[in-house]
Amino acid sequence: MKETPLFSASSIVAGYDKKIIINNIDVVIPNNKISVIIGANACGKSTLLKTLARLIKPVSGEVLLDGKEIHEIPPKQLAKVLGLLPQSPVVPEGITVSDLVSRGRYPYQTFLKGMEKKDYEAVEEALNIMGITELANRSVDELSGGQRQRVWIAMALAQQTDILLLDEPTTFLDITYQVEILDLLTDLNRKRGTTIVMVLHDINLSARYADYIFAVQKGNLIAQGSPSEIITEDLMQQVFGLDCAVIKDPVSDSPFIVPKGRYHVMTE
Amino acid sequence: MILISASAISIALCIFASLALGSRNIGLGEVINTLFRQGSESFDALVVKERLPRTVFSIIAGASLGVSGALMQAITRNPVADPSILGVNTGASLFVVSGIAFFHINTASEYIWFALAGAAVTAIFVYRIGSMGAGGATPIKLALAGAATSAALSSLVSAVILPRTDVMNAFRFWQVGSVSGATWEGILTVAPFLIVGLIIAVLSTPALNALALGDDVATGLGVKTGLIRIVGTLAGVLLCGATTALAGPIAFVGLMIPHIMRMFCGPNMSYIIPMSAVGGAVLLTTSDIIGRLIGSPGELEAGIITAFFGAPILILIAMRAKVRSL
Amino acid sequence: MIKDDFNIVKSGFHKRRVRFIVVTLIMTILTLILCTSMLYLGNTKYSPEVIIKVILGEQVKGASFAIGSVRLPRMLSGLLAGIAFGMAGSTFQTMLRNPLASPDIIGVTSGSSVATVFCILVLNLSGSIISITAVIAGLIVASLIYILARGGSFSGGRLILIGIGIQAMLNAVISFLLLRANQYDVPAALRWLSGSLNGMSMKNVPVLFLVVVIFGCILVLLGRHLKILELGEQSAITLGLKADQTRILLVLSAVFLIAYATAVTGPIAFVAFLAGPIAGRLAGKGYSNVIPAGLTGAIMVLLADIVGQFAFDTRFPVGILTGIMGAPYLLYLLIRMNRTGGAA
Repeated sequence: MKETPLFSASSIVAGYDKKIIINNIDVVIPNNKISVIIGANACGKSTLLKTLARLIKPVSGEVLLDGKEIHEIPPKQLAKVLGLLPQSPVVPEGITVSDLVSRGRYPYQTFLKGMEKKDYEAVEEALNIMGITELANRSVDELSGGQRQRVWIAMALAQQTDILLLDEPTTFLDITYQVEILDLLTDLNRKRGTTIVMVLHDINLSARYADYIFAVQKGNLIAQGSPSEIITEDLMQQVFGLDCAVIKDPVSDSPFIVPKGRYHVMTE
Repeated sequence: MILISASAISIALCIFASLALGSRNIGLGEVINTLFRQGSESFDALVVKERLPRTVFSIIAGASLGVSGALMQAITRNPVADPSILGVNTGASLFVVSGIAFFHINTASEYIWFALAGAAVTAIFVYRIGSMGAGGATPIKLALAGAATSAALSSLVSAVILPRTDVMNAFRFWQVGSVSGATWEGILTVAPFLIVGLIIAVLSTPALNALALGDDVATGLGVKTGLIRIVGTLAGVLLCGATTALAGPIAFVGLMIPHIMRMFCGPNMSYIIPMSAVGGAVLLTTSDIIGRLIGSPGELEAGIITAFFGAPILILIAMRAKVRSL
Repeated sequence: MIKDDFNIVKSGFHKRRVRFIVVTLIMTILTLILCTSMLYLGNTKYSPEVIIKVILGEQVKGASFAIGSVRLPRMLSGLLAGIAFGMAGSTFQTMLRNPLASPDIIGVTSGSSVATVFCILVLNLSGSIISITAVIAGLIVASLIYILARGGSFSGGRLILIGIGIQAMLNAVISFLLLRANQYDVPAALRWLSGSLNGMSMKNVPVLFLVVVIFGCILVLLGRHLKILELGEQSAITLGLKADQTRILLVLSAVFLIAYATAVTGPIAFVAFLAGPIAGRLAGKGYSNVIPAGLTGAIMVLLADIVGQFAFDTRFPVGILTGIMGAPYLLYLLIRMNRTGGAA
């Protein structure tokens, strides 16, 4: 396994058009770990991920890969190291699963060479890891939401990057598929050592699957660390304005939050 | 009150301007003279008399198109519903040319029936196609179904007229989208259709207001949504079909007027319907005058002018619309 | 077990490639057959030897004129224009991820039409100046639509609606020009507007050929990138595609093709719009669609022209035939797209 390059961002300010959404964030992504960005809606967590993924150019500050500004690295070379699964990718009509996954090999192709043996192997491997080999020749249009999400992750896998960013990979999926996708991503992290950074909505799943958590509030990074270090009642109050209790997850021993609300709370 | 007086003044202005201006401009005094005193036989008076039917017709045709657009937009809850977008004009054209070519029709009243039938069939057809699938008739689906159908129908129109020179001549006269050919006889023929359409439109305003809140709410308020759709569509088709039968296709009046009127008087249909009538009348009459002035010594059809000024409104709607609602 | 799985994937890739190649080959053969028929059919039918002689430049009495000056330029113009329409249409559709976003629906073709009609009627120009003006006008309209649609986030649906609006405006301008024009020039403009291969001469063919070869090649070479652009802006950037550069190059080439061909033959209805989807259905979606779409365009134009010339008592211009032949498929496409929610 080759060394994963150091991925970090220093004092980035970014947003859409003229609206600044994140101001002055510094992050260093832990290598070969699963990191999760959490925060309330519209706090800038997705913007942070997109800035890291070079979809948004920061107004100031820089995103660095091994000390190099990512916008200065040739795009195809960067695409072999840094991959992203967008939140709502577009499926071309009528395309088959394996054809779609094979498009993840684009950065490895050159002007004249098309798909080669190693490209086909990468596609087969990606399909295999995601457990969708038998769907290979089906049309993506016909698949269920959970299957489709696996196809997209398979495409990102075929890209064979050291770092994979995912923007809410479990949104719109049933709870069963959410756990399944997170398990598959953990497999990937354990087997290949892929560094994973994702935005997740569910705090309890984040706490269980993340090695490291970044908490974003109103465009600022206000806490980071392992789940057991930072998932506290105070922080939840600060990030989400949520009054909750933190207990131990009976399954995994990770922190588990229980929202309080105004009713049905036992008084001691 | 302000709206009523403003409408009255602008219509009066349009009438006078329409009578006075053209390739030969006539003084205001002479116009009034001709209108209110019989027996004036000067050349100017003849010109004014000549311009009288087209002025009357542009007022009622504009009013009908404006109301027709307001109805269609309310019924479909779709900001781009308009006779020209729905392909109604081309549908009417196809039926009229087929009538001329295969059934040898040649009077205004025969044109009307063919045009009405064509307008109705096309409107329903386009709306059915545009409203298939998820999300119902979104602006983009409706516009595309209309554009596609129009393109197909105009190919058919060409195919019908191309081998027949006589039809081509009769049709070219009709197809230009102009109020200049209006005669008292023609106006009287279409008037009953327009009056029925306008009455239905006014009567259905309360139900249309309820419909604006969505089918479920409207049903909850006791509106028979299916019935009001049918009646409203009927009125809309009567208005634009009859106008098209006499004037040929005039684009975009029905699209832009309701939008402009909504800016003045809010979303209440009891204001929008009458104000769209006024606005349509003013717009079409003004377009006709502009066409006469810049086309001089010939004239440019009002339909070309309305298309040129109406299309940017469509573009504006597209730019302002939220992505999701497209 | 795993070995079997690999075979499923491999054999799938293989099958689709074979299908693509076979379909493309059949299309090529069909195109060649149609081209030959265009030379053969006519009031006088000449033997194959005579046709070959004429093409090789020998003078044959009667045949040299009928074939060399009438049928050959007609066939070549139709072939090249068909390829241009098909390739350009398919490129627009794939790039904007919407089968309805072809240049003839969103107003690019109308831009070229206005320019051409203006040249014919007002400036009394002819020849290559018209083509150049048409290309420039097409580019202006394409960028105008793009700029207007860009506000906020980029949306295919908005772009199409704006295109329809622009098209309506441009058509009003064409009507205006026709009305103000000298009566003697109007028939020429009208014939051109309905999309016709009548009266094509050899003098337009060499440049049209060059344009099709150059920009066609660019589109074919960019096919691999286009497939990535089809996945959406975000995926394209993630996969390392220079999205903006690629898009500009694609639009430029496609507009050149469609505008130049339009200037020569007139706007032939529906070819740009239909060639891509038809080719996609036949050849499959895994491969770049540019070549099959170009061939489909050529087949449509040539077939429609043969039918228009010989099937009826009246000779119909090719544009009317493609309009009528294309309409049912267009409606089918609309219905199917609305059903699956694929539109916009």
